[in-house]
Amino acid sequence: MSAATGPEPAGHLHINWTRCDGRGICTELLPSLLIRDDWGYPLAADPELAEKSRIPFGRASERDVADAVALCPRLALTVLRPR
Amino acid sequence: MDEALWAFGRASGAVSLALFTLSVVLGILVRSGRPLLVLPRFAVTLVHRNVALFALIFLGLHVGTLMLDPYAQLRLVDVVVPFLGAVKPFWQGLGTVALDLAAAVVATSLLRRRLGPGIFRAVHWLTYVLWPVALLHAVGNGTDGTSKWFLLLALAAAAAVGGAGLWRLSPRFLESARLRQEEAS
Repeated sequence: MSAATGPEPAGHLHINWTRCDGRGICTELLPSLLIRDDWGYPLAADPELAEKSRIPFGRASERDVADAVALCPRLALTVLRPR
Repeated sequence: MDEALWAFGRASGAVSLALFTLSVVLGILVRSGRPLLVLPRFAVTLVHRNVALFALIFLGLHVGTLMLDPYAQLRLVDVVVPFLGAVKPFWQGLGTVALDLAAAVVATSLLRRRLGPGIFRAVHWLTYVLWPVALLHAVGNGTDGTSKWFLLLALAAAAAVGGAGLWRLSPRFLESARLRQEEAS
């Protein structure tokens, strides 16, 4: 999975766990980045990922990430860009 | 031409109410977090939003045509301030109340990211006031409002929203409720 995002990710998808309610919209839109745990919450698809609330994504996922951020019912998602 | 405006004003109001009814039911479904048949969750959210937008377009046409219509005698102030109308001021005023509430819901929906989830949700709850007020406006103010066919449709709409509302309050409403409750107990 980490190979799909390439060595230099386009950005990181940040999950605010205080807000997240596991409604499942982001896991539908980003199946390559996120899987759904038994309680409905999103989980990084890459099990090796060190930071669980900071998911790197590649240029190919850009539009789907934007959709997931816009449609999150709890406003729990933000995009972090490399500085 | 006057007859056409009058007829269109009434019909667009009925269409708007029907679309608002569908949007409220879909909104409750969105809150449950469940997909709908072949529609995934994100699509249910988008349909909810787009049906609401269509309802607003017909609401705009409803108010716009009746402002030009000589029977309704609707003035600009009646669009914003309720209960000042020349014809059936109470029932017309309910329509104005619903319009004002709709404006608040739309504004907070568009500014959702800036306002945060708390304000968005609090104002979105006004839909549960908006919808019954709009229904009462339709029945009390509509030319056909108390005719048998309209009352049957109104009753069906009330049953749909009422049923969805009861489901909303039931303990198994949330898709995740079962799993999370079993885990907790």
